[in-house]
Amino acid sequence: MEKKLKNLKFNKSDAITLGILVAIFGFFFVMVFTGAASNQMKSMIIPISYNIILAISLNLMVGFLGELSLGHAAFMSVGAYTGAFFSVKLVEAFPGLPIWVYFPLAMLVGGIAAAIAGIIIAIPALRLRGDYLAILTLAFGEIIRNIITNMPILGAAIGFDTGSITPKIAKAQTLLPFAAAAVLITTILILNFVRSKHGRAITAIRDNRIAAEASGINVKFYRMSVFAISAFFAGIAGVMYSHSQTLLKASTFDYNMSIEILVIVVLGGMGNMSGSVIASIIMYMLPEILRDFDSYRMLIYSVLLIGIMLFTSAPKLKNFREKFTFDNIKGIVIDRLKKSKKGGTKNE
Amino acid sequence: MNNNGKIISSNGTEMFSPPSNTLLPTRDAGKVPVLDVRGLGIDFGGLRAVDDFTITVGPTEIAGLIGPNGAGKTTVFNLLTNVYKPTRGAILLDGKSTSGKTVDQVNKMGIARTFQNIRLFNKMTVLDNVRVGLHNHTDCNFAESFLRLPAYFKAERKSSEKAMELLSIFDMENEAYTLAGNLPYGAQRRLEIIRALATSPKLLLLDEPAAGMNPSETAALMESIRKIRDTFHIAILLIEHDMNLVMNVCEGIAVLNFGKIIAKGSPEQIKSNEAVIEAYLGHHDEEEE
Amino acid sequence: MTLFLETIIQGISLGSIYALIALGYTMVYGIAKMLNFAHGDIIMVGAYVIYTSVTMATLPAWIGVIISIIFCSALGITIEFLAYKPLRGAPSLNVLITAIGVSYFLQNLALLIFGGNQKAVPVPNMSFLNIKLGSTLSISGETVFTILVTVVLMIALTLFINKTKLGKAMRAVSEDRDAAQLMGINVNRTITVTFAIGSALAAFASLCYGMNYAYIKPTTGSMPGIKAFTAAVFGGIGSISGAMFGGFLMGIFEKLASAYISTQLTDTIVFGVLMIMLVVRPTGLLGKKLNEKV
Repeated sequence: MEKKLKNLKFNKSDAITLGILVAIFGFFFVMVFTGAASNQMKSMIIPISYNIILAISLNLMVGFLGELSLGHAAFMSVGAYTGAFFSVKLVEAFPGLPIWVYFPLAMLVGGIAAAIAGIIIAIPALRLRGDYLAILTLAFGEIIRNIITNMPILGAAIGFDTGSITPKIAKAQTLLPFAAAAVLITTILILNFVRSKHGRAITAIRDNRIAAEASGINVKFYRMSVFAISAFFAGIAGVMYSHSQTLLKASTFDYNMSIEILVIVVLGGMGNMSGSVIASIIMYMLPEILRDFDSYRMLIYSVLLIGIMLFTSAPKLKNFREKFTFDNIKGIVIDRLKKSKKGGTKNE
Repeated sequence: MNNNGKIISSNGTEMFSPPSNTLLPTRDAGKVPVLDVRGLGIDFGGLRAVDDFTITVGPTEIAGLIGPNGAGKTTVFNLLTNVYKPTRGAILLDGKSTSGKTVDQVNKMGIARTFQNIRLFNKMTVLDNVRVGLHNHTDCNFAESFLRLPAYFKAERKSSEKAMELLSIFDMENEAYTLAGNLPYGAQRRLEIIRALATSPKLLLLDEPAAGMNPSETAALMESIRKIRDTFHIAILLIEHDMNLVMNVCEGIAVLNFGKIIAKGSPEQIKSNEAVIEAYLGHHDEEEE
Repeated sequence: MTLFLETIIQGISLGSIYALIALGYTMVYGIAKMLNFAHGDIIMVGAYVIYTSVTMATLPAWIGVIISIIFCSALGITIEFLAYKPLRGAPSLNVLITAIGVSYFLQNLALLIFGGNQKAVPVPNMSFLNIKLGSTLSISGETVFTILVTVVLMIALTLFINKTKLGKAMRAVSEDRDAAQLMGINVNRTITVTFAIGSALAAFASLCYGMNYAYIKPTTGSMPGIKAFTAAVFGGIGSISGAMFGGFLMGIFEKLASAYISTQLTDTIVFGVLMIMLVVRPTGLLGKKLNEKV
């Protein structure tokens, strides 16, 4: 019996996820600190970082809990504004405060503020599911955006000036270590969570809520927790965003931004964390690499979104999918190889 | 052999009667019943779906709930697990009322169930399905999970081992890493029972466990049901249409028709009960007993 | 008092547009059991078709409107055929994501073709319908037309659903798809017709939108779309009269909030009410309660 128990300490796909992250950030470090990185590459580092965090935190909600949130950009904006406001006031009170003091603190503050927003929306959201829940989160996102636009203390429609907290020189060098640490820590924490009894409970709710409840799982508690956790990390991504910009505008965090994050999650595969990481990187590299791609970017994303959904879940394509799973293809290839080795000795 | 298992047709006056009408008093005589249901009822709109449902089940009893289609059997299960809020009556589990508890709290108190239409976590492995059942017996809080503190590894190991142990009791350890949705039908039914047992219930509710099974599978199921009772020392209440299974396995039977109990007693008593025969044969003759 | 009456009239006019859109949502939700997220964007497409045929191809405005209605119906059918039909029976989360993809596709296609700047919608002149009430209050011809169109369409739709064979088939499919199929109803065709009608109604909504707001952008449809969906939920999803009722209520409420509470925070108030409504009464004011089968 013992031999049948798989190793608990390490999950292969998690190792791949972390491996990719270490490789990509290692590459960024080398490029940035040897001065080999182009300006274009430097400008990509922070967006890639906060997009990875946004994608894996949304994946927790969509891929693991199985609920669609269209308000992820709103959680991000709560984090962005709270974190930036906190840093601006701190730097105002203590001029010359180094960034390594206020940036991590701001991440924590922004994360907590976003988590509170997550809990606030979770309270009504607990009563809803599916389409209605999606609309509820969308409405919530619009409310947050509308409120921020009308708050003079946050710059209202003109925007919130974050010039004093954003590094003026060597921006990439200064922010990269924080970005790398935040991405790695977020990924490790979320992966750990997903591989625990709590993660199993959440996946169980996704697969069959009624059976999960009957198995003693407090569905409300877990749904609320996922809202809070997912929002917390989205808030951290927001703080990263606000500390790399000189002006924050509420209109940035609109419904389209939530959709873009959703596109990353769907492209990478719902419930697949390494997929989210890879998709975040590709989605931000492509427009930079391919010129003229930018104007078609959104159109291509939307086609991909539809195409992937049709391919992965159209009932008629079920047989096709089963035929061409990775394992099957591998099996077929191995079979072929075996047969060709044996040559014509075997007649079937 | 059944000295006080006389058939009592239900009426309102039974509501606070002592547990003398325990379905099977021989084994569990004198013990506090694990399940004591008094005058339970629910209305859907104007319809009395279940009315005046009163039974007791002893701590290690195997009891059956039978009745024609639409009699309200699954509704009773939904009432017992608080999926539906009863309009009237009380449910006492081990002497404690389950009133006002949520579905998961009722499970924690000790009632586990399976479903008529199988409800597994299809995209999770067989092992993880059982580990979900072990959820409340796995000690690992949020911080320990996020940070993978030693308690996390201890809890994970314990739950894996325990799940494997449960699977091996039912000869399913070889399927541990198969996705539950890919299991054959019979194995899915078995997995649902294992998952329910993993929650360490005092009372296990089985909703048509033999549905869709062939005679040999049903025979194996009967053995399993007895084995569950003898291994885990728990009470089982099952809904079943297969009279052969019910008459062979159950020690006490309650018959439901139009939401009301029309008879209670031992298999022999039920077989010869006029009201039961009429309920079954009065409509159509699909049941052979 | 004049302000109040004006606000109410504006509200009814806006509510008419919401009602027309909500009808499409409610029909599709009732029959295909899905939230057609792209429905709001059909209005945007309809308005651009009017713009193309009238401003660019210099056709008469009425012809442009007719082309728009035909185009939107065809678009609705095409979307259903290409994107939704293959997913019948798939998890609702995946259907919803596909619908979001379609909405996003339409918006970005419009952005590529027409650019992000707003365009004037050339609508037929309605000034002959102007109504003067007393010395201070007057109702514009556009408003009169909008309300008239909505009321006429609603009556026509109710008659269609209740009196025609196809309408009865729609009701049957909405009630129980499997049973309807067993009774020999062609479910696929019924759903296609539903999409065609819903999209045609959206084309009418785009005409009314153009009359009242004059300008369109690629993102024009999404906000009214979401508010109209709420209106549909408000009135009870699947109910024709509920969608109308919800639409009017929503429009009046929005205009009142903007006139008497705060113009800037109108969206917050409207969406706040939406959230409360979804939570407190997700089955709507006129809807039926649904029980989950365990």
